[in-house]
Amino acid sequence: MERAVHDRGGWPTDASIDRTEHQLADWEVLTDALVGALGRAGVMNVDELRRGIESMPADEYERASYYERWLYSIEVILTEKGILAGGELDRSLSE
Amino acid sequence: MSEQDHDHPHAEITNGDEPPAARRARTLEELLVAKHVVRREDVRRMIDWLVSRSPADGARLVARAWTDPEFKQRLLADARAAALELGLDPGPSPVVVAVENTRGVHHMVVCTLCSCYPRALLGPPPDWYKSLAYRSRAVSDPRGVLAEFGVELDDDVELRVLDSTADMRYLVIPRRPAGTEQMDEAELAALVTRDSMIGVAHPAAPARDGGGPTTPATPGPRSDRVR
Amino acid sequence: MTYRVGQPVRIADRPHQGHHRTPGYLKGKTGTVERVYASFANPETRAYGATGLPEQRLYLVGFAQRDVWPDYRGNPVDRIYADVFEHWLEEER
Repeated sequence: MERAVHDRGGWPTDASIDRTEHQLADWEVLTDALVGALGRAGVMNVDELRRGIESMPADEYERASYYERWLYSIEVILTEKGILAGGELDRSLSE
Repeated sequence: MSEQDHDHPHAEITNGDEPPAARRARTLEELLVAKHVVRREDVRRMIDWLVSRSPADGARLVARAWTDPEFKQRLLADARAAALELGLDPGPSPVVVAVENTRGVHHMVVCTLCSCYPRALLGPPPDWYKSLAYRSRAVSDPRGVLAEFGVELDDDVELRVLDSTADMRYLVIPRRPAGTEQMDEAELAALVTRDSMIGVAHPAAPARDGGGPTTPATPGPRSDRVR
Repeated sequence: MTYRVGQPVRIADRPHQGHHRTPGYLKGKTGTVERVYASFANPETRAYGATGLPEQRLYLVGFAQRDVWPDYRGNPVDRIYADVFEHWLEEER
C-alpha cells in the first residue's frame, strides 16, 4: 500500500541520526506562536495544521525544515478558509 | 561569516542571513494582525509561554517520583494532576502519561507521524526527535537507535517503544542512578536529562565526590556526535 | 463497541484518503489493548474544519515487535505501543 510522505514509521533507511541541535530562531518560535494564537482564536486547529503539512508534495516535505512545513500549512489552511487571498503573502513579501 | 569564507566543497551554507522563511513568518504575522485574525499581544503571550518551557520541569517531576513513592504512583496514574500538584504547567489539552523504566523494562518515545512531544514539561523537542531518520528507525530498529545514543540495554530487558500517534504525550521516568541515596530532590533533578525523559539516555551519573552530576543536565548538542 | 484491557485487536487495514492518525506500519497487525483512554475529537473530521464530534474512544494498543517487523533484530519480548482510535480497531477472534 502506498504510504503518505509523513507516515515515516519503519521507512527503510539506515541513515544515522544527526544529533546536531540548534536553538530555535525567532521566526521559528513566532511560527509556533502563530499556530497557537490561531488555535486559541478558533481560526485553525492542530489537526488542520497537520493535514496542511501532509498536503506538501513529497519532495518538498523531505527538503523543508520543520517550521517551513508549518508555514506552508498555515498558508494553505488560511487560504482555504478565505482569510488569505491566493498569493497574498507572496505579494506582501514583494512590496 | 559569509558563505564564501568556506573552502570545503561539502560545507553547509551557514551565513548569518535569515532564511526566506523568517521574512515570510514575520510578514504573515503582520497580515494576520492587520486583518484582526489574531491579536499581537496573544502572539507575544504564546511566544513567552513557548520560551519559558524547559526540561527542568519534567526533571522536577522525576526527582519527586524518585524520592516519594506515593507521588510516583500519582504521577503514573495522572501526570497532569501530578504536575499541577508541584505547581508546574502541564500545558493545554493533550493528556500527559508518565511511564516508568525499571530493571527489566525500558521505554522510549517517538512520534512517527509528526513530532508530538510533552512540550509543556520538556520544552521544544530536539531536532533529532523531529528528524525523518529518528521517526523511521525508532519503531523498527529501536535498539540500533539506542546504541547510537550510547545506550546498550541488557539482553533480558524488555524495550517498549511508544509511538505518540494521538492525544497522549508520553514522559519517561528513568531509573534512579546508583550512588544517589544521599542526594536531595534538587540534586537529583539536576541528574535528570531531557533525553532520559524521552528514553534515549540514562540520567547523568552522580559525581564520585558527591558534588553533583559529572555531565551537565542541561540539553545541548553532544560534541561527540556533532557533524 | 468498547474494547477491554487485554483484548486482542487488529488494526483495520483499509484504505483511507486524507488525514488520519493510524500509522501505516500497524495497519493489519494484531496487538493487545493495553489501556483504555478517554474519548477525543476525531482528527479525521477536525482536520477539515469540523468539530470532530462525536468524540472517539482512544486506546493504547501494544504489539510484539516481531509481529510488526518480521525481521526484527531486538529482544523477542520487545514491544511497540501506539494510540489508536476505536474506529480503527477490529475484533480479533
